[in-house]
Amino acid sequence: MGRKLLLEKAHVENIRHFDVYRREGGYRSVEKALKTMNPDAVTEEVKKSGLRGRGGAGFPAGMKWSFLAKPEGVPRYLVVNADESEPGTFKDRYLMEFLPHILIEGMIVASYALGSNRSYIYIRGEYWWIVDILEQAIEEARNNGFLGKNILGSGFDCDIFVHRGAGAYICGEETALIESLEGKRGNPRIKPPFPAIKGVWDCPTVVNNVETISAVVPIINEGGEEYAKIGVGKSTGTKLISACGNINKPGVYEIDMTISVEEFIYSDEYCGGVANGKRLKACIPGGSSVPILPANLLLKTAKGETRMMNYESLSDGGFATGTMMGSGGFIVLDEDQCVVKHTYTLARFYRHESCGQCSPCREGTGWMEKLLLRLDRGQGKMSDIDLLWDIQRKIEGNTICPLGDAAAWPVAAAIRHFRDEFEWHVLNPEECTRRNYGLAHYADPLEVTVA
Amino acid sequence: MIQFSDSKLKEVEKIIARYPQGKQKSAVIPVLHLAQQEFGGWLDVPVMDYVASLLSITPIEVYEVATFYSMFNLKPVGRYMFEVCQTGPCMISGADNIIDYIGKKLGIKPGETTSDGMFTLKTVECLGACGYAPMMQMGKHYKEHLTPQRVDEIVDECRRNAASNN
Ligand SMILES: Cc1cc2nc3c(=O)[nH]c(=O)nc-3n(C[C@H](O)[C@H](O)[C@H](O)COP(=O)(O)O)c2cc1C
Ligand code: SF4
Ligand code: FES
Repeated sequence: MGRKLLLEKAHVENIRHFDVYRREGGYRSVEKALKTMNPDAVTEEVKKSGLRGRGGAGFPAGMKWSFLAKPEGVPRYLVVNADESEPGTFKDRYLMEFLPHILIEGMIVASYALGSNRSYIYIRGEYWWIVDILEQAIEEARNNGFLGKNILGSGFDCDIFVHRGAGAYICGEETALIESLEGKRGNPRIKPPFPAIKGVWDCPTVVNNVETISAVVPIINEGGEEYAKIGVGKSTGTKLISACGNINKPGVYEIDMTISVEEFIYSDEYCGGVANGKRLKACIPGGSSVPILPANLLLKTAKGETRMMNYESLSDGGFATGTMMGSGGFIVLDEDQCVVKHTYTLARFYRHESCGQCSPCREGTGWMEKLLLRLDRGQGKMSDIDLLWDIQRKIEGNTICPLGDAAAWPVAAAIRHFRDEFEWHVLNPEECTRRNYGLAHYADPLEVTVA
Repeated sequence: MIQFSDSKLKEVEKIIARYPQGKQKSAVIPVLHLAQQEFGGWLDVPVMDYVASLLSITPIEVYEVATFYSMFNLKPVGRYMFEVCQTGPCMISGADNIIDYIGKKLGIKPGETTSDGMFTLKTVECLGACGYAPMMQMGKHYKEHLTPQRVDEIVDECRRNAASNN
């Protein structure tokens, strides 16, 4: 059993409520930070912990905090990114729904470190019922002296507000999120200036993911160095993985990043194996934007090493033979699934979510969707596959924000690893509407080329 | 005349107070949510103009926002909206069958509303419930692990609730 730092108490009855959460040891990190540490010391602990942003990009959280500009007399803001809209990802929801106080606790400590007296949770509009849960937790924390003026006699004032979005994946991108929080369309900004210098209402701002901020609680309680001992290499601490698709036990799991992908899929402690006794065909391990891998490359790297559930191992081989940890949205496809169709739904998603500011993204996502639909229906030509490849290459790197890349990568990886499945659709236009290509050779052991 | 009740106006004031002085434009999304709920489930132009006047911003600033976000309805919708997720993870867990089933049962296609104004069927993209697929949003809550039987129950429940509220 791996160590649980975030979800350990998730199943305690009524843990949603302050009294129970407090009785179970909650809010100790606020006491420790506000009574015994200065703000910079808190940032220092987070740096030592090696905590990497859990929203997808994996940027070191402590470093981000230390970049925050601190001009005299200008307010600074912490904004928690609870927009969670990357297909396959539903871990932040789980945390907020079942352990709202761990987020509030982490936010108070982080706000203290950053000097934010008003902090915000930007939550996706569809998580409507969770707004009530969070507001209740905030109210309870305030009633117990953990929010408001002069918290625990430290002289530090802090309030937390929940801001509900209204349906737009792009608002998960931090500058779009800031625009949206200012009451505008979610159009990403050109960087620089970075939010750390000029964020919401032109003030220095830190945007962090829900899980990142929640992880600050165990880091302060146990110390950054202790936290860094869990995990491996630059993958410190624990990571929440939301697992879905064709598995026996979909759900949210906390892992300590030392287990293998195979163990994660097949062990009863986690996904419990592929559903209905089917065989594994492919997996997108880090949310819809990261490259899909066929079963063989998923379980072993191109060098023949066991692939592990951590940042480094998942990206081993780069985009040629690896993938990414991303947001931890783990999507499993069994032998009956069609990669062309699945990729089509993702292309449709990105077309729907493109904000439309940059032509490569706006036009390219539409083209990719059309071509993939055509191919899926058996109406495509061989040249469509090359055209698709060409379009995704023209998007990547040519846009204001990374949504363009995020739309290009799944298409690129699908063609890279499943080209014969695409070709089969072209060659068998009628058959492909009746049945799927199946497992083919995607689980066959790979020949390892020894360097 | 479009006008929030006194209690809703208090709520609007509370929403504005979440943001720093002079930044009441930030309240536009939350206030639009409130307006959509209060004024029939969608945002007609006079409703958006009213929101603009409440926040002392121009109407165009409200239209820009209302047209960007998918949760704001710019046309009338049914009393109950079934927003079924169709993205990859839900698709491989049987979302297409559920969408077909609801469509046949209600006699409508995605994007349409039943003639009695009761139900709207809409397909949406990932709602963050991929592990509990197939699923849909209905108002404030999610309905997960959908099966045809579950859909039948939900439709019956809606009809019963509507009948007892009329
Ligand atoms: C299109 C797009 C969508 C994103 N969606 C989210 C999201 O839903 N949640 C999130 O935490 N980060 C999301 N991000 C990443 C954020 O821009 C940002 O890196 C993150 O919130 C920083 O927090 P972290 O360092 O704690 O991960 C998204 C990025 C892009 C480009
Ligand atoms: S890449 Fe796409 S989503 Fe990002 S700013 Fe450009 S058009 Fe908008
Ligand atoms: S794909 Fe349907 S909820 Fe995520």
